[in-house]
Amino acid sequence: MSLKRYDVLIIGGGVTGVSIARELSRYRLSIGLLEKEAELAFGVSKSNSGIVHPGTHNPPDSLKGRLCVEGNWLMREVARDLGVHFEEVGELVVIFKEEERKELLRIKKDAEILGVPGVRIVDRAWLDEHEPNLNSRAIAALYAPTAGIISPYRLVYDLAENAKKNWVEIHTSHQVTGITRKDDFEVCTDQGVFRSRYVINAAGLFADEIANMAGITDIKIVPWKGEEFMLDKKKTGLTRQLLFPLPTPHSKGTLFIRTSDGNPMIGPTSYEARSKTDLSTTEKGLNEVLKNVRRLVPSVNKGDIIAYFAGLRPKAGNDFIIRHEGSVPGFVNVAGIQSPGLTAAPAIALMVVDLLRKNGLELRKSPTFQKHRQPTEHLFAIPFSRTKKLIKQDSAYADIVCRCEMVSAKEVRDAIKRGARTMDGIKFRTRAQAGRCHGGFCTTRLMKILSQELGVPVSEVTKRGKGSEMVKKERGGK
Amino acid sequence: MKKKMTCIACPQGCQLEVEVEGGYVVSVAGAKCKKGEPYARQEIENPQRILTTTVLTQGLEMKTAPVRTSAPIPRDKLFPAMREIEKVRLKRKAKVGDVVIKDLLGTGADLMTTREVF
Amino acid sequence: MIKRDLVIVGAGPAGMAAALAAHDAGVKDILLLDRDQYLGGILNQCIHTGFGLQYFKEELTGPEYAERFIERVRKASGIEVSLQTFVVNLTKDKVLTCLKPGAMLEIKAKALIMATGCRERTREMIFVPGSRPAGIFPAGLAQKLINIEGLMPGNEVVIIGSGDIGLIMARRFTLEGARVKAVIEIESKTRGLVRNVVQCLEDFDIPLYFRHKVSEICGQDRVEKVRVVEVDDGYREKPGTEFEITCDTVLVSVGLIPENEIIELAGVYDVNNIEVPGLFVCGNSFKVYDLVDSVTRDSEKAGKLAAEYLGSLK
Repeated sequence: MSLKRYDVLIIGGGVTGVSIARELSRYRLSIGLLEKEAELAFGVSKSNSGIVHPGTHNPPDSLKGRLCVEGNWLMREVARDLGVHFEEVGELVVIFKEEERKELLRIKKDAEILGVPGVRIVDRAWLDEHEPNLNSRAIAALYAPTAGIISPYRLVYDLAENAKKNWVEIHTSHQVTGITRKDDFEVCTDQGVFRSRYVINAAGLFADEIANMAGITDIKIVPWKGEEFMLDKKKTGLTRQLLFPLPTPHSKGTLFIRTSDGNPMIGPTSYEARSKTDLSTTEKGLNEVLKNVRRLVPSVNKGDIIAYFAGLRPKAGNDFIIRHEGSVPGFVNVAGIQSPGLTAAPAIALMVVDLLRKNGLELRKSPTFQKHRQPTEHLFAIPFSRTKKLIKQDSAYADIVCRCEMVSAKEVRDAIKRGARTMDGIKFRTRAQAGRCHGGFCTTRLMKILSQELGVPVSEVTKRGKGSEMVKKERGGK
Repeated sequence: MKKKMTCIACPQGCQLEVEVEGGYVVSVAGAKCKKGEPYARQEIENPQRILTTTVLTQGLEMKTAPVRTSAPIPRDKLFPAMREIEKVRLKRKAKVGDVVIKDLLGTGADLMTTREVF
Repeated sequence: MIKRDLVIVGAGPAGMAAALAAHDAGVKDILLLDRDQYLGGILNQCIHTGFGLQYFKEELTGPEYAERFIERVRKASGIEVSLQTFVVNLTKDKVLTCLKPGAMLEIKAKALIMATGCRERTREMIFVPGSRPAGIFPAGLAQKLINIEGLMPGNEVVIIGSGDIGLIMARRFTLEGARVKAVIEIESKTRGLVRNVVQCLEDFDIPLYFRHKVSEICGQDRVEKVRVVEVDDGYREKPGTEFEITCDTVLVSVGLIPENEIIELAGVYDVNNIEVPGLFVCGNSFKVYDLVDSVTRDSEKAGKLAAEYLGSLK
């Protein structure tokens, strides 16, 4: 018995899947999205560094390059419409020896072919003025002014909220177990069957497994681990641009970047992971990142690190795989979306819509499409005068739950109304638990609020979905 | 039989060597003051502990109420005491020192609240 | 803007002692703030004994110790208590901005005592490699979950660090029916009181490994096991000494950090060198104490100093 029939069903609720959903919601279509985790952005997108790349570091004939440049441009409007904070900060690819200049110029040339705006080589004098804490032994850099930063999960959640407002149905905790075809596709999940005329595979690390289910066997995803290390907010302002070393054939190298929330971040490492679920950080990774990043910013030390995590890149060869499958009409694969996937997402969405149109999907604009989303107000980001007004509207704005990041009970409850179901979901939306004490103070209160709002016992509150319950049981309980 | 133990009668923490026969202390060596011997004797022959824990409440604002035994109880009664205490649900508000269980497991010690409970 | 003679931020043992001492010294306009819903601070969750041996010559539990001061604070007519009150800003002129349910307040303090306690060092700060599953807790958070919320954080526990909070929690978990499998300490001796090693570990046959560290926390959604390895005098891992302990919970008990974020907003980065006149710091936010009795003694001094300062202004 099938639960629902859609025009388009998207598998995967990361930045790619949700961008496609939102773009499709402009049209009069019935759209569904399936995500296997308890919340959106709990897969590859969770560990995204939040960089909106200018488009350097990509071969001129690559999809990555073209879609990155286009995405960088489109992201600004997306951010404005959704009320997500986007900041243009610029990027520097730094060299230390004259022999490296040739490679730098090659990167510049590729970038110019791709149409990356404003790239130019800057010298020591420019670096002294605009990036004073950069290693004084750096001799020059490639400057790409259109690099920006954004919060990856807030982007995903705000895209999803807008998509839902425009009638997209999002189903979390739904894992796809099989795909068959009668007339429509029949997508089986652990919670029932969905029918759809078209299916978009945006399943990140598991895109190859989903493709296999549809009979497409030439995609292979290799999980490539990146360990990242967050620095204390006290080090904000140490750098202005995003700092890159000269890339190697395998990776962009160890970066010193700023994140949208204010903490600087260093990393990532780049090596094959043990499995698609291996998110462990290592001592080796820490030491390698520290050593490498000190070449860029010598004053970084181990004591500045306040948090660390690992992410997995879904590597499928060297470029994005975005194609409609002739052998399985109606099935579109969007696989291998590693960096610059977040940046490219708005452009990937347009490309997918175009592929659908070319393959028979009628696209009629929906007259009720609402492109704007009311920005979320975070107490930590607004002046006290505004806080005062908010408190008058709702006294719960003055009921502080997370002291380190100044998050009120009202914001936490709003986050739950907007889809947070887990402690991590609250953290990604509000920053509660992301501050210095890492939840030492606010955890108990947050668990109680989740329990109240979701109507479940405190012992069923999870960190990030079933299996990750915060506590084992209530004492004296059944 | 020789037993080694750390005396905790004061922060010095002298390392004691205790000669034990038939469950009784025959001699104590290593104590730097006269508190050591009685401590070792008590610990070997009749170890006692103050038990502190929390009882669950019912119908009150606070979920738990911290409690303690009014006097030390035999160490081997700690787990049986916990099982008794697990059954209790405090249903009324209480002041510091209110008795929750009188004469816990026949030890002569009461279980009392250590905080105002509301 | 509200003007007060003396404002004290934090109504734990330090703040209460300071308030009472200032009150006894003649200050009758005292505002005592706390972010929690009750007085007593961290003592409310420290349900074990060991408090008051020096100050009261009695062996009290944390809540009992706190109650001795709460009673006096309630009776003191010159002390106004404001709970659920968060300080979100502090200026060099001792102007505080506070949030409490339904209101934002601005308060100018003539004299200000910060008694904001400390926070715990977390797993992140000690760089334990591995995954980030559910089931990893700073020891104090586990203490709050069990003692205040009536929840059992886990059933099979490994404790990193032999600090007192970790030792106390080893006993607490065991009494509540959990199995504490090991305490792992990187130094060659315990950081906690000997009495706690005896009454929290030896009493329950909980192994204490010195010169060992947890080299990895493993587990997908919940902790599944830890890898433990011996280290040498230079804290380097000794090859061939690795072993695993199955568990579902890891407690981190590796020290406390004074909570000074508010005072840093006023430009004070060294509590031993406060250049703002009339600003004092006491308790664990000044330095981490072993005994609450010492906190009380020193905080009374702070209260007296604040009273003297106010007297000097007249």
